[in-house]
Amino acid sequence: MKFTLKIWRQENAKAKGEMISYDVAGISPDSSFFEMLDTLNQNLVMTGGDPVAFDHDCREGICGTCSLYINGRPHGPVKGVTTCQLHMRSFTDGDTIHIEPWRAKAFPVVRDLIVDRSAFDKIIQAGGYVSVNTGGVPDANTIPVPREKSEAAMDAAACIGCGACVAACSNASAMLFIGAKISHLALLPQGEVEAAKRVQKMVASLDELGFGNCSNTYACEAECPKGISVSNIARMNRQFIGAKLFAEKEKIVRDSL
Amino acid sequence: MTRLNARIPEGPVASKWTAYKSASRLVNPNNKRKLDIIVVGTGLAGASAAASLGELGYRVKVFCYQDSPRRAHSIAAQGGINAAKNYPNDGDSAYRLFYDTIKGGDYRAREANVYRLAEVSNQIIDLCVAQGVPFAREYGGLLANRSFGGAQVSRTFYARGQTGQQLLLGAYSALSRQIALGNVTLFNRRDVLDTVLVEGRARGIITRNLVTGEIERHAAHAVVLASGGYGNVFFLSTNAMGSNVTPAWSAYKKGAMFANPSFTQIHPTCIPVHGDTQSKLTLMSESLRNDGRIWVPKKVKDVEKLRNQSIKPADIPEEDRDYYLERRYPAFGNLVPRDVASRAAKERCDAGFGVGRTGVAVFLDFADAIKRKGHDTIDALYGNLFQMYEQIVAENPYETPMMIYPAVHYTMGGLWVDYELMTTIQGLFAIGECNFSDHGANRLGASALMQGLADGYFVLPYTIGNYLSTEIHTPRFDTSSSEFTIAAQAVTDRLQQIKNCGGKESVDHYHRRLGKIMWEYCGMARNDAGLTEALYQLTELRHEYSRGVRIPGGLDEYNPELEKACRVADFIELGELMVRDAQQRRESCGGHFREEFQTSEGEALRNDDKFAFVAAWEYKGREVSANLHREELQFNEIKLSQRSYK
Amino acid sequence: MLLYSSIAKKVFMAMAGLFLVSFLCVHLGINLMLLKDDGGRAFTEAATFMGTNALIKIFEIVLFAGFLIHIFFGMLVSGQNKSARPTLYAVSNHSDTAPFSKYMFHSGIIVLIFLVLHFFDFYFIKIGLVAPPPGVSAHDFYHRTLLLFASPWYSLLYIGCFVVLGIHLNHAIQSAFQTLGWNHSKYMDSVKLLGSIYSFVIAAGFTLVPVFILFFRR
Repeated sequence: MKFTLKIWRQENAKAKGEMISYDVAGISPDSSFFEMLDTLNQNLVMTGGDPVAFDHDCREGICGTCSLYINGRPHGPVKGVTTCQLHMRSFTDGDTIHIEPWRAKAFPVVRDLIVDRSAFDKIIQAGGYVSVNTGGVPDANTIPVPREKSEAAMDAAACIGCGACVAACSNASAMLFIGAKISHLALLPQGEVEAAKRVQKMVASLDELGFGNCSNTYACEAECPKGISVSNIARMNRQFIGAKLFAEKEKIVRDSL
Repeated sequence: MTRLNARIPEGPVASKWTAYKSASRLVNPNNKRKLDIIVVGTGLAGASAAASLGELGYRVKVFCYQDSPRRAHSIAAQGGINAAKNYPNDGDSAYRLFYDTIKGGDYRAREANVYRLAEVSNQIIDLCVAQGVPFAREYGGLLANRSFGGAQVSRTFYARGQTGQQLLLGAYSALSRQIALGNVTLFNRRDVLDTVLVEGRARGIITRNLVTGEIERHAAHAVVLASGGYGNVFFLSTNAMGSNVTPAWSAYKKGAMFANPSFTQIHPTCIPVHGDTQSKLTLMSESLRNDGRIWVPKKVKDVEKLRNQSIKPADIPEEDRDYYLERRYPAFGNLVPRDVASRAAKERCDAGFGVGRTGVAVFLDFADAIKRKGHDTIDALYGNLFQMYEQIVAENPYETPMMIYPAVHYTMGGLWVDYELMTTIQGLFAIGECNFSDHGANRLGASALMQGLADGYFVLPYTIGNYLSTEIHTPRFDTSSSEFTIAAQAVTDRLQQIKNCGGKESVDHYHRRLGKIMWEYCGMARNDAGLTEALYQLTELRHEYSRGVRIPGGLDEYNPELEKACRVADFIELGELMVRDAQQRRESCGGHFREEFQTSEGEALRNDDKFAFVAAWEYKGREVSANLHREELQFNEIKLSQRSYK
Repeated sequence: MLLYSSIAKKVFMAMAGLFLVSFLCVHLGINLMLLKDDGGRAFTEAATFMGTNALIKIFEIVLFAGFLIHIFFGMLVSGQNKSARPTLYAVSNHSDTAPFSKYMFHSGIIVLIFLVLHFFDFYFIKIGLVAPPPGVSAHDFYHRTLLLFASPWYSLLYIGCFVVLGIHLNHAIQSAFQTLGWNHSKYMDSVKLLGSIYSFVIAAGFTLVPVFILFFRR
């Protein structure tokens, strides 16, 4: 198969970028999208060009590193897959393929198709955890968890943190990402303990980082490679409203010896 | 003379760890604040160690090459994590887990370490549940278990087919909490290119900022390597594209010994190779073997018909199918350990019964399971794996059997460590897949997650304290000392040299060649002649590489080709060491199968009299052969026997 | 108000929006009295009640507050949303989205423009800000309405605006439920369906009046 690629090239975070056109040929339909880009890069290296930088790592759809906006859709035209699992058989021979980086204020471009998603790490650092230390925890079977709840928690926990939700959202909002984490933890008794605190801290962090607001277009759910549901956003909203309205005023606790 | 002292505590194996913990020295909380620790890697071992050490109060710096700690390749582990909880009441115990692991590793692991691993396994499950890991549960709300290769009990905890992801996200969340608290500082997009020794002790690392290209120096009182395995030496493996041996290799060159490098695990259930441009292999969880039946046609003419697509797999009648694992190993059937399953697949394909376009694949058939358990049950158990398979291969496993073939998956070898997980360099620790310690010559399924987390959460935090207790008077280090300057300069020089070699070929070109040599001669089956040939070809390759590679772009910018070039240079050197190790081990054991040493039935033939040792290699220089040291393995608890899964 | 979190802003918008939705129902009820063949007696009565009752007067202020809150936060949130993506994609987004959900701001603006026109035609006349057209008293909404709808152009504009409002509501109602966290796997589909029905009824109901006047009252 052969393709015309229009790829965003940008030397570094400060440089001005532009779309550049490349041709590739001799691609097997069984190749993955990245193997096609590998071929392009091989050609570029051999001919003295500068290979295209793109993020990728596990190439099996789980690490969440890959991040291409292909023909107007994050992770390309196939539903429920990441770019690394996209195969060239999903395109037609001779297609022109536009490849762009994720676009969001909170995800600045590092180079070419690579963006900086450390904003996601910062959101998790704001509260995406259960405050337990190693050791001193009860036996795993001490607290039974209804299977439906644990399954719903797992549905939300399947998030790979790729950022497709932000890329797809017309407001570059990260509500699905944060909603998934908040839901995952709030659904489990272990995480429920600090749920009210968590949701407030994480939403505050989200706002600080420059993501947009949710306008319920549900593009995030449509593009999420793991099919995470927007019902997680509703659950977060409910939690947030509850926490703001009913959480007790914070008291400073002093441990005295 | 051997320099190796594993420092295993005295006493019966079951009480060694308790005895060690009672006797080990501690560091006062006030002093912990004054001690810095570097952790390289944020997989299960690295993230859990960094989080736990941060909780204890040490000042931790953690490094990863990825853009976020959550992306480390532990995330791709599918099947599960073992623990001796005995929740299903099927007779499990720490001793049995220990026994299975030693036996599964074909008696080439250290008893004391493995027992400790089995002992702390239960705590891992407790902690992960407390962190909010959504393990699978029964309707009563309690945790579910599944069975896995190499064991006759159900002791594997799982979170759908994404156990590694969920455990890693648990460790990542604990790590994130410590980062927020200021106990841990994260350095992402960093390649660790060298270890710095001051007066013989590990005191820091040299890193390259992958975005800016800046060479950075970091100092600490101790360095922990959790940089994972080196399966990418084969080019095609189930490892992530970025997985590399460089941090461990640089430590090896600075004096840390490298143990059992030839022990690699070939995973039996991967998606077969499709063609020349393939960049990586995808694993299908071993749990599929619980319900899938592996077979090839009995008749060569059926094989041919399949290949020219005149018949479908389902057209082959039951009596013409060879369920070779069930035939050869009636007791374990499709659940034999990985090495056994892989070799059996290779044996059938080599004999000309392989299926698929390339003839290097076998069937994994779910038709019986679907009939027995129903479509919905199978979907609930393996739905996501089936989906993944369909995405990659464009065939529906509900309708036609999957095709699988073994692929490189895990490396049991790694930096030699003692009972405290310290390498032969004082103050340099290695944990997780990066070390060699717990899996012997073959790892059982669902044990990698267990080992990574055991090391990070429950072992290293104790043992590193024992070392650091002697370091409380050592002030923080200045990275402008001559040791750091020399190391940083060496790294810069090396990068310059690679960049300026002025060749024409891409890095991948050489990496593919390296992979072919390793797979051909040092893969599932090895022999003396082949290994000699491999050594010759590898030396050739190393020389060609040093003149032939072309690196576009500069040193002080984002440059993925340069990153790869450093990694591949190390892989080529490692390849040579692997071959040497495979050559000296004149026996077959676990994942290491020497064709000269097999039973009349084609099973691995160990030589316990001569080879019941850990081979630890000491670096002597680029053009000089490494020095072999032996750590004799003592088996006091377990009687060595021929592994039998019949 | 700028300091409220993103979710809080949306919650205010949603609550104000739901309130406006309920008001539309009342308004429609009164409008439909125009269809009664009694020379506008019922309609005028209702309009007078709405214009003079003390409780309704107070409620009017709440209603205006509702409009202002909804519009203010709508603008604010949209502005922030725009700035969250400073560089646009070369190929615009093709993702599947809830119908028309991407155009809430645009439809909102059209409804707002209509609202301003509507104020000039009725409310400002009533409070004496704008002079009534010759021959119609300031409080005679009935004849005022007949006069306006006598123009097919005006009627068409009016109908157009209510189609846009219907579209706006179709997404808005279920969206408000989502924002307020009133989400349940069992009921969400019904909420969406009822929201669509409600918005259709509102749009169709308001449209009915000019159509009726145009064809049966000339």
